[in-house]
Amino acid sequence: MPLDWNSFDEGSSLPELTKKPGVSQLVKYAAGGGDFNPLHHDFAFPQSKALGSIIIHGRFKYAALGELVSNWLDHGGRIRSLTCQYRGMDLPDQPMTLGGVVKRKWEEDGDKLAEVELFVKNEAGKNTTPGGAVVVLKG
Amino acid sequence: MAESIEITEELKAVLGVESEPWTHEVTTTSVRAFARGVGYTDPVYFDEDAAKAAGYRSLPCPPTYLGTPIFIPGKSNDTFSGPKNTGPSLNHGLKNVLDGGTETEYFDDICAGDTLTVTSCCADLSIRESKTTGQMLIVTSESTYTNQQGKVVAKQRGQGLFY
Repeated sequence: MPLDWNSFDEGSSLPELTKKPGVSQLVKYAAGGGDFNPLHHDFAFPQSKALGSIIIHGRFKYAALGELVSNWLDHGGRIRSLTCQYRGMDLPDQPMTLGGVVKRKWEEDGDKLAEVELFVKNEAGKNTTPGGAVVVLKG
Repeated sequence: MAESIEITEELKAVLGVESEPWTHEVTTTSVRAFARGVGYTDPVYFDEDAAKAAGYRSLPCPPTYLGTPIFIPGKSNDTFSGPKNTGPSLNHGLKNVLDGGTETEYFDDICAGDTLTVTSCCADLSIRESKTTGQMLIVTSESTYTNQQGKVVAKQRGQGLFY
């Protein structure tokens, strides 16, 4: 169901999204997104060896935050801005929990707007990729 | 670890200097490839009938996807797929880089069938103290995406942290 303006308030949580990307998923992301840095698919790459593993693309997590917001909107609105910071590395085959909270809900020049704060938490509960979005609803 | 970083006049001269334009294509196949790479299950990003039922012209770009830069051997970066020439280079001498963050602003929908013209520039330079790496040079680059009708549909800013 497309997101209804009356169905959420400031403080409401977005439905969480859980992801556990493995190497195959990262290869698909590399093909779709165009980032073929071997640090994200090749365990023999010197930087991967130094870290002990390949790591997930920061941009994969950014795109996954986009998916979280897209799922919440369900085409009942559009994203005006989406931002995140890469504060920590995430490894393949580890569960990540993506979520968000509505920080502000307001109307401006006839537009219905909401600002959300976003997170990507690793298994230890650390937010490796804090972010935010502003969305404008259709109705 | 850099002892002390200075934003010289030579570095400042690069601010705002735009790169040559480069073409990004948005096709049904490229939208599906990106959506599949992220792991979407929403049919709107895969099925044109579902996209039209949701009010789009064709498959819409999933958030953060701003088309696929056309790839031309010799002119494209073989690892990151974008153009090699992204404007004047910054001669700061710092060897290490981290990706700090990404911000995208949207001004209109982008759907399969659109062709975007992209220009980039260095938009800001600043210095930040880090406990682990000492001083870092924060380079903010900004790309502007203009569709085939001449409308700016998105801007994306990225932060490179050099140390």
